[in-house]
Amino acid sequence: MEYRMAQLKALGHFLDDKKQQILEATASDLGKAPFEAELSEILLCKNELHETLNNLSCWMKDEQVDRTLAMQLDSAFIRKDPYGVVLIIAPWNYPIHLFLVPLVGAIAAGNCVIVKPSEVSKKTERLVAEALPDYLDKDCFAVVTGGVQETTRLLENKFDYIFFTGSPPVGRVVMTAAAKHLTPVTLELGGKNPCYVSDTCDVTNVARRVAWGRFFNAGQTCIAPDYLLCTIEMQEKLLPALRKAIDDFYGPNPRESPDFGRIVSDKQFQRLRALLGSGRVAIGGQTDEAERYIAPTVLVDVQPLDPIMQEEIFGPILPIMIITNMDEAIDFINSRERPLAVYAFSSDDKVVNQVLERTSSGGFCGNDTLMHVTLPSLPFGGIGNSGLGTHHGKFSFDTFSHHRGCLKRGMGWECLNAPRYPPYSQQKFGVIRAMSKVRCKNDCTLL
Amino acid sequence: MERMQQIVGRARAAFSSGRSRPLEFRIQQLKALERMVQEKEKEILAALKADLNKCGPNAYSHEILGVLGELALTMEKLPSWAAPQAVKKNLLTLRDEAYINYEPLGVVLVIGAWNYPFVLVMQPLIGAIAAGNAVVVKPSEVSENTARLVAELLPQYLDKDLYPVVTGGVPETTELLTQRFDHILYTGNTAVGKIVMAAAAKHLTPVTLELGGKSPCYIDKDCDLAVACRRITWGKYMNCGQTCIAPDYILCDPSIQSQVVENIKATLKEFYGEDVKSSPDYERIVNQRHFKRVKSLLEGQKIAHGGESDEASCFIAPTILTDVSPESKVMEEEIFGPVLPIVTVKSVDEAIEFINYREKPLALYVFSNNKQLIRRVIAETSSGGMTANDVIMHSVVPGLPFGGVGHSGMGAYHGRYSFETFSHRRACLIKDLRWEALNKLRYPPGSMEMMHLAKFFLLKQCNRSRVGQFISALLAAVKAVVAKVLCPQRKV
Repeated sequence: MEYRMAQLKALGHFLDDKKQQILEATASDLGKAPFEAELSEILLCKNELHETLNNLSCWMKDEQVDRTLAMQLDSAFIRKDPYGVVLIIAPWNYPIHLFLVPLVGAIAAGNCVIVKPSEVSKKTERLVAEALPDYLDKDCFAVVTGGVQETTRLLENKFDYIFFTGSPPVGRVVMTAAAKHLTPVTLELGGKNPCYVSDTCDVTNVARRVAWGRFFNAGQTCIAPDYLLCTIEMQEKLLPALRKAIDDFYGPNPRESPDFGRIVSDKQFQRLRALLGSGRVAIGGQTDEAERYIAPTVLVDVQPLDPIMQEEIFGPILPIMIITNMDEAIDFINSRERPLAVYAFSSDDKVVNQVLERTSSGGFCGNDTLMHVTLPSLPFGGIGNSGLGTHHGKFSFDTFSHHRGCLKRGMGWECLNAPRYPPYSQQKFGVIRAMSKVRCKNDCTLL
Repeated sequence: MERMQQIVGRARAAFSSGRSRPLEFRIQQLKALERMVQEKEKEILAALKADLNKCGPNAYSHEILGVLGELALTMEKLPSWAAPQAVKKNLLTLRDEAYINYEPLGVVLVIGAWNYPFVLVMQPLIGAIAAGNAVVVKPSEVSENTARLVAELLPQYLDKDLYPVVTGGVPETTELLTQRFDHILYTGNTAVGKIVMAAAAKHLTPVTLELGGKSPCYIDKDCDLAVACRRITWGKYMNCGQTCIAPDYILCDPSIQSQVVENIKATLKEFYGEDVKSSPDYERIVNQRHFKRVKSLLEGQKIAHGGESDEASCFIAPTILTDVSPESKVMEEEIFGPVLPIVTVKSVDEAIEFINYREKPLALYVFSNNKQLIRRVIAETSSGGMTANDVIMHSVVPGLPFGGVGHSGMGAYHGRYSFETFSHRRACLIKDLRWEALNKLRYPPGSMEMMHLAKFFLLKQCNRSRVGQFISALLAAVKAVVAKVLCPQRKV
């Protein structure tokens, strides 16, 4: 345990020592606002580290379990074994957070780890490749850099666990590669996270929370509210409220705000700019190719078949889809792939609960956006197309450890085993059946 | 293709109707399953006898007893397993509801194996129903009588659309695997496990693979050999060695090898009498193909006991091989038959090295009076599960997860683990639309002052002492009040 704690503490030092460089690298790669970067790339990571350091000894302990009556003299427990060599493939949108948080779990569970940061967030990739090895044991932890070709070759190797964060198509490629070696995987993917706003709600607060969640990191967040569902009446109230929220956050010209990010690459910029053609621009819509700037934008008159409703947006554009009531909203959500998150806003608890109960998603947040992932006691993961497996807090530790069922018996009391051995007379059979009828609940086992 | 599409489509439509979700419905279906097992016991035992020559008592205790126990446990615990689980909150979420909601995944596929053909479809089915899913059941075609029986019985007792049974061989299973499921649980061999996972990858379907491997059994010099050998004999030769967690091979010091052989021989006589073939308690190899496969493993080996076989009845006598070379064929693949090789090793270090050199097995066994030694073997090896001083038994402890690692599988089930395997743990945070003040900490424009406050509310202190944590919490509460007082004055 001391070794794992030492490595984890070293990771903490990495975050402290290299904070400035991290802020600069993410600013360069994504135009990330220093406040956002500090919150998402440093603060939340340190939270994970501290949660893990505080609880590691408890998590590592063998977990004693219930035994049958016949096994009261034995010791039955679950041992947390490391898997071995773990591969973590991270994306570019939160380039530190999305490798570091799983890395914490993998180290805590006793594994060796290969980290493959995204080549798209170039400066951060270089920082991680150069600086991280100085903090960790070089034999057990390595950073591998490269693009699609290198990653494909990397995936040909046998790993004992693969943790991938990225898009569903690449998730399929990773899982197919893992299948060749029977390597278990956790895939943190994405989808279109719906955000339902009912007619009874505090419009100002809703607008602020939705705007914050949508435009954080210039919309490049896997759990960002992707599109809004509301009635036409609510849309009329929301638009001015959203306008005000954007103005409060970023000022009248968000391009000049130090708190608003940029799109990570030209490819992503072109993709997003094309999506602006869906519906009609109600707020924002300005772009600047040289800076890869897209203004915080809200689109209206969007139809289900429009291009912007066919893919995860992953940018600062919020389309509003009109529905006539909550049932229609729920049907719309359920007719699509299960997303990473579902959001519902209402001052009526019943509405929030209805949306929760009648939809399926990785996670759910009522009356806010993004916040459910800041609680390490909640599992973070997708379902269906949005992913499989979970992590954060103890869930990371559990993800990266093999739960081995162990039973230690004594050599004595062999007489107790007698009923299980052949030859099976009718009498013995009778005894087994009689005992099973009496103690069926917990003791229906081979004696 | 169309047939599979229709079956799975109907199951999905049935699931979407929502009727598999209420707890009452799930328990009602489980009760129906219980009735089925009780009412059709004779038919089930007859099918097992026809497929594997499994005698009544064996079949009852290996397959029926386990299923009844799992049903009773699940029905009793389901309300508590399915209840939303509140989680620890931080300062920022103190006023909110934070919990994990257990939800069904959707349509689950259960692919059974032929060696314990009844329990290996029933036990996963129980968990999948308990978690609220629709389930497509595909029993193994190799154990054809049990497959036929399951296909006949399930529709008589369970909801026909939600829990269809699909029969057939490789072509039908391949077709079935092209359909989209929300979880696949497969029990079988490593090679097919890879195929199942690759097919699942196309739909991003999570899988639980219960595979196999060579489960080693180390016998230390310091142990009660008579007891150890009796337990090993029981676990090895039950079901004619066709058990995924049977002790596959023995590792022991050369000085005790002959004693081990003598003890096993004596036990075999006790269990099956002088003429094993006529013992009603000894099973048969499931079919000709496996018979030939197991028999070929004996070539070139030193047979210390047994070795007799009869192709017509797929009979292979309980066999012990001594001084087996690690490179021989019998040490390459999982034996899955009544052949027990003994490989000699000079120390527990050598045994551990031997085990670690190979793929991680489904089970690992160690016999010793020395508790230190046992702890060491556990700590320095990896396996799906393990039992010390016995075999098989870890798989029947209701509180232990049953599953493999590495080539022996991924995921686990049994009891509560079945329920969790077939459920989605959905993170839920329900906040209030009011109390916007605290949220202002996170909104732009950013400032150092806000960052400090944000740090205070979000950042956990690395504080391992209880007192330290208490003091932090107290200070935090004080600052929370102060922040709320401050916030309204801040210009945002």
